[in-house]
Amino acid sequence: MKFVTAIIKPFKLDEVREALSGLGVSGITVTEVKGFGRQKGHTELYRGAEYVVDFLPKVKIEIAIKAELLEQAIEAISKAAQTGKIGDGKIFVWDLEQVVRIRTGEAGEAAI
Amino acid sequence: MKRFFATLMLLGSLGLSGVALSEGPTPAPALTAQPMEAAAVPAAPAEAAPAAAAEAAPAEVKPVPNKGDTTWMMVSTLLVILMIIPGVALFYGGLVRAKNMLSVLTQVMAIFCLISILWAVYGYSLAFGDGGSLNWAIGDLSKMFLAGITGDSTAATFTDGVVIPEFTFVAFQLTFAAITVALIVGGLAERVKFSALLVFAALWFTFSYLPIAHMVWATGGFLFEKGDLDFAGGTVVHINAGIAALVGAMVLGKRVGYGRDAMPPHSLPMTMVGASLLWVGWFGFNAGSNLEATGGAALAFINTILATAAAGLSWMFAEWLLRGKPSMLGVASGVIAGLVAITPAAGLVGPMGGIILGAVAGVVCLWGVSGLKKALGYDDSLDVFGIHGIGGIIGAIGTGIFVSPALGGVGVDGYSMGSQVVTQATGVLITILWSGVVSLVAFKLIDMTMGLRVSEEQEREGLDTASHGERAYNL
Repeated sequence: MKFVTAIIKPFKLDEVREALSGLGVSGITVTEVKGFGRQKGHTELYRGAEYVVDFLPKVKIEIAIKAELLEQAIEAISKAAQTGKIGDGKIFVWDLEQVVRIRTGEAGEAAI
Repeated sequence: MKRFFATLMLLGSLGLSGVALSEGPTPAPALTAQPMEAAAVPAAPAEAAPAAAAEAAPAEVKPVPNKGDTTWMMVSTLLVILMIIPGVALFYGGLVRAKNMLSVLTQVMAIFCLISILWAVYGYSLAFGDGGSLNWAIGDLSKMFLAGITGDSTAATFTDGVVIPEFTFVAFQLTFAAITVALIVGGLAERVKFSALLVFAALWFTFSYLPIAHMVWATGGFLFEKGDLDFAGGTVVHINAGIAALVGAMVLGKRVGYGRDAMPPHSLPMTMVGASLLWVGWFGFNAGSNLEATGGAALAFINTILATAAAGLSWMFAEWLLRGKPSMLGVASGVIAGLVAITPAAGLVGPMGGIILGAVAGVVCLWGVSGLKKALGYDDSLDVFGIHGIGGIIGAIGTGIFVSPALGGVGVDGYSMGSQVVTQATGVLITILWSGVVSLVAFKLIDMTMGLRVSEEQEREGLDTASHGERAYNL
């Protein structure tokens, strides 16, 4: 089992969700986050005061999937979230040891 | 017609003082020759009333307030209250960080309440009474607790024989005192101790607002007698408050993290709403200062639209040119700068003069909150000095220029631009010195006794929870 974390542009969330749903990914966790990568921040000017805003708003999505779905999932996210401009985000892949569905007590792939 | 209007304005600026009746035995000099004046006197302080009444009773008919004027002045009073709560409160509130939102709202509303009471207790009497040998600077205490004022008392206006109820005049002037003190909050925001602010408000109101208001607006006041023109309070309100805020910002010191941490405004929409309420309310402030619902009020009214619009645009375009982007805060700040600048000139300059005055104020105030502020290195949190202080000075000097009939102004008797500008500058200088010294002494006294500033820990926590035990947003 794999655990995929992707940081994407906020306005791409719906497209990514649709692409993943199409693959049969049955659950996504979404978090609004801030951070910076190569895109860096921008400056804001309030009267005489100039502030450099280092952390830009992004959306973090997390999914747990069967290992064989990984390549398709990565491709789906990449395709849906890509604009070609700096700041499109990143995808991180983790090995997932265990999953438990709390309601039924099912474990492993059956619980995904 | 123009000549008539000029005279009207001159009388007006005289009458604004105090509107004759509060002046007791010596009514406004320019008005004394008029037969109607005798009839206005019965409303004067108690000791003068019986004699005057006896004299006037047989022949004269006591002037009765015109219902239109009275209504307009009550509406104007309400509009100025709207400027303070919620206008100034929201304008300032949006500019601070979320953790200090309620502290600013509380400060503005509490100051409005406090000054309202002090105004009735002794403020009105000291501002518009006759101070005898001290009359050049301050009134007396004969109308303490509004003694002797009844529903029948009247206050003179700019026109002989035209009066408004004295209670209306008291209420109208009350709002001016309250907004002036409330404006100072912006220079101290995000770090001042609430109790210290209230003590300062009472001290500064007593020792700076009242004398300056008396000097500029009351018969016998030093600047009034010199012919200083301040239609609606550019000197009395804006320079006065701007200097107090500047001194306060310097005595208090910079906010923790100033220049290092980001301190962006937490809600510019609030600031936009506040600025708009200020603009709308300012029609009461400026056009109401005419004291009658006449063409003079209409002139002040149109100027309050045009000068303000010009300043909003000039700030916006200057910012666009110099910084690359036109900002909402820029337009809103320009609007306030324009309102400040047109205040002393509202009923005195022509609409085109007003536009130029506003346009100049927009650009210079932008420099006031950026270049000048950086150069001097003080932390005037919400730029009270940069906008009200600088804008007030531009307005005061500009009034001396654009009042010229050659430039479309209404003119004053014996006008010469040079001498009028010198008079205006004298008023500016006296206000800067007076307010500066009173503010410095008051802030230092408070700092040495009760402390002026919250602890660093409280400041980091935010004044909402640290000083008031509540937070603005529980989302």
